[in-house]
Amino acid sequence: MPIITGSKSDAEYDVVIVGSGAGGGQMAYTLTLAGLKCVMLEAGRAYNPDVETSMFQRPDQTPLLGVATPDKQMGFTDATIDGGWEVPGEPYTQASTKPEEHFWWWRPRMLGGRTNHWGRISLRNGPYDFKPRSRDGFGFDWPIRYADLDPYYTRVEMLIGVYGSNEGLENTPNSPPGVLLPPPKGRAAELYLQKHAKKLGIPVISIHRAVLTRPLDADTIPARLHPGNPWAQRIVADSMRRRAACFWATDCHRGCNIRANYQSTTVHLPPALETGNLEIVPNAHAREVTLGRDGKANGVLYIDKKTGQEARVKGKVVVLAASSGESVRILLNSKSAQFPRGLANHSGLVGKYIMDSVGASVSGQIPALENLPPHNEDGAGGPHLYIPWWLYREQLGGKFNFARGYHVEFGGSRGMPGGRSPLPDDLARGTYGTKYKEEARRFFGSQVGYTCRGEMIPNENSFAELDPQVKDRWGIPVLRWHWRWSDQELNMVDHATKTFAAMIGAMGGKVRSRQDRSSRDAIEPGGKVIHEVGGALMGADARNSVCNGWSQTWDVKNLFLSDAAPFPSNSDKNPTLTIMALAWRTADYIVEQARKGNL
Amino acid sequence: MKTSQRNGIRDTVNALDASRLSRRTVMKWFAAATGAANLPDLGPGVFAASSSVTAPPTTHGYGTDPDVSGYYKPGDFWPLTLTAAQRETAISLADVILPADHLGPAASDVRVTDFLDEWLSAPYPAQQKDRTVIMPGLQWLEEESQRRFQTPFKSLGKDQQRVICDDICWPADAAARFKKAAEFFVRFRTLAASAYYSTEAGWKALGYVGNVAMTSFDGPPPEVLTKLGIEQTVK
Repeated sequence: MPIITGSKSDAEYDVVIVGSGAGGGQMAYTLTLAGLKCVMLEAGRAYNPDVETSMFQRPDQTPLLGVATPDKQMGFTDATIDGGWEVPGEPYTQASTKPEEHFWWWRPRMLGGRTNHWGRISLRNGPYDFKPRSRDGFGFDWPIRYADLDPYYTRVEMLIGVYGSNEGLENTPNSPPGVLLPPPKGRAAELYLQKHAKKLGIPVISIHRAVLTRPLDADTIPARLHPGNPWAQRIVADSMRRRAACFWATDCHRGCNIRANYQSTTVHLPPALETGNLEIVPNAHAREVTLGRDGKANGVLYIDKKTGQEARVKGKVVVLAASSGESVRILLNSKSAQFPRGLANHSGLVGKYIMDSVGASVSGQIPALENLPPHNEDGAGGPHLYIPWWLYREQLGGKFNFARGYHVEFGGSRGMPGGRSPLPDDLARGTYGTKYKEEARRFFGSQVGYTCRGEMIPNENSFAELDPQVKDRWGIPVLRWHWRWSDQELNMVDHATKTFAAMIGAMGGKVRSRQDRSSRDAIEPGGKVIHEVGGALMGADARNSVCNGWSQTWDVKNLFLSDAAPFPSNSDKNPTLTIMALAWRTADYIVEQARKGNL
Repeated sequence: MKTSQRNGIRDTVNALDASRLSRRTVMKWFAAATGAANLPDLGPGVFAASSSVTAPPTTHGYGTDPDVSGYYKPGDFWPLTLTAAQRETAISLADVILPADHLGPAASDVRVTDFLDEWLSAPYPAQQKDRTVIMPGLQWLEEESQRRFQTPFKSLGKDQQRVICDDICWPADAAARFKKAAEFFVRFRTLAASAYYSTEAGWKALGYVGNVAMTSFDGPPPEVLTKLGIEQTVK
């Protein structure tokens, strides 16, 4: 990857982008193909999935059978470098001593960020998800509507490649015909659930994931993405042709060296670099956004982690895409006479209303799935089917004690074993010898698990601020987290875990996980689902939001956010696709405003 | 995510258990220090063994940026530490639990003991905790074998080995004096099975037939659909 040398650091770029994941990657892609000169700061090292990905390694070919360790916190083959719940030298703190009020913060330190290992689930927000307060009175409305983002969802889906089906279900939008790639066939346990969940009125449909189930059409898509720009079309077409379709093996969390799934490092950054308009500075730990005398942002101060020295890049526009938490940290640390409480923080709302997804799981065992004839269920390296939230009407009718929905992700396939025994002790009991091996074979593929991904309503008790004492290894104040689930989320978990038990019962199975847990014990800790959004909310009014509907801060007109920090709500749909759609829309706005001389 | 969490999940069953494990484990990592003072109370006898039996290795792990695209074997990152005697006991017990039979080779044929040795020699907290259970357990097994049969465990007949194993194979059913040994047995069984089913032969024994590149994914074959009374609904 190109690295800026000292002599070039005096250059002034059109745009400085902090972060290289879904938001930064999309921003760089759109801006550079429109001809803007960009520099991207990445806090981690450069990373090349073409040669650094673990693809077919069996667990016995990795240390400790690939299990999670403090060094590799989601397992050896997981595509996370120098990161995890803890990053050496870069602490964060908790305001409370109570574990249930702690926030877990996952930070990779690598080019492409979390996009290298994510689950690739790519669900559109629906119309309700942009106007939740109007619908039920809780939280905040977005200043934009579904119709504003719809065309950008479509563009992102065409660019990154998303499989799935159009089912026309409530608040679960269809994509235009021909945009989605064919959904993969259902696996045995998925189809078995689909059949039996019907009795409970629960729909099981194809999920949407950013995995190529066939090659992208490089002959037609680029012209639809970049009309009137043949130069961009050629670059994008070349990049698309370098991506192969999924070969139905290996777990997407490893990343993909045939580029069959989306990661910023295989889809967004290669064409952006090809334009010649992008410089990437790895190992650049952003410290603060600098402000000119004209009240406009004019660059970013960062620590060169290799030398420990402070350095600076200059730009006419600054875009923060560092993740909700990191962008908040950078804004709060960017203090000046005009902004004593942190940049773009006249409202006092920077850091407020951080959200995660609501997570809770139930596992079970289904006798009907025992001793099935061996068959290959690796599939697309992740789920094929899922349950979208299906009770909108009942909920609006006041039937529940929680206002928002959840979708259900599940497993239970005959996936690659290894790292842990395929026969849990509660099923094995006192067996050993050939009987044990027979039991392992019998139960393989019959163990299922269901997990909810639910919408958290933003609350006053969940936010991030600067710790008054603790600093990172470079002397930069770190974030201190505050967290509290409300009854809304706890009641949702109660509903979800009971529903999952009913699903397992409908299949004639038994629940294996503990059923005597309270919802407070069953709910995942804040941050644990790694869907951190909010902290610099967009809104219609400068008095009660940080940025406008273009993710442009109210206070500094050439400062933008293109991660999930502007999200006023965190629908049950996984945030990544929406981050990208918003980033593309913001990038188009930056190009247009720059052209008009408004920035 | 991450759960795992985290983001979408490849196999919720695995993710759920991994997430439980990792939450517990990470809590432990967050705790300031490990050491003898924090080790669980193993009760009387050999399970309260001296630190020479359970002393954790002092080596380093593979770091936060290992080359994950490589192919590794036990001993590549830290030295293996089991003695010849400990390895012999472990091989014998692993083969009692995972013998050669119609489902495939014995544990010893797929180097299960090498993986156990790598595991028990690892510098990480979860593995060091296992070391404090497994090392005294191996010693107990030898002492019990001597006490009952005046013979090393590896030289016992299959029936004699089973006599001992039957007393310790399930903690809930074990007599009070065998509780600690039963906890050891179940943990050892899990570790041995984790290694066994991470190998090609283990996959075959289990009926896992994936991890191969294919040009199409056709879903479950007709006999599976028929057996379950389901149809392929994704066309």
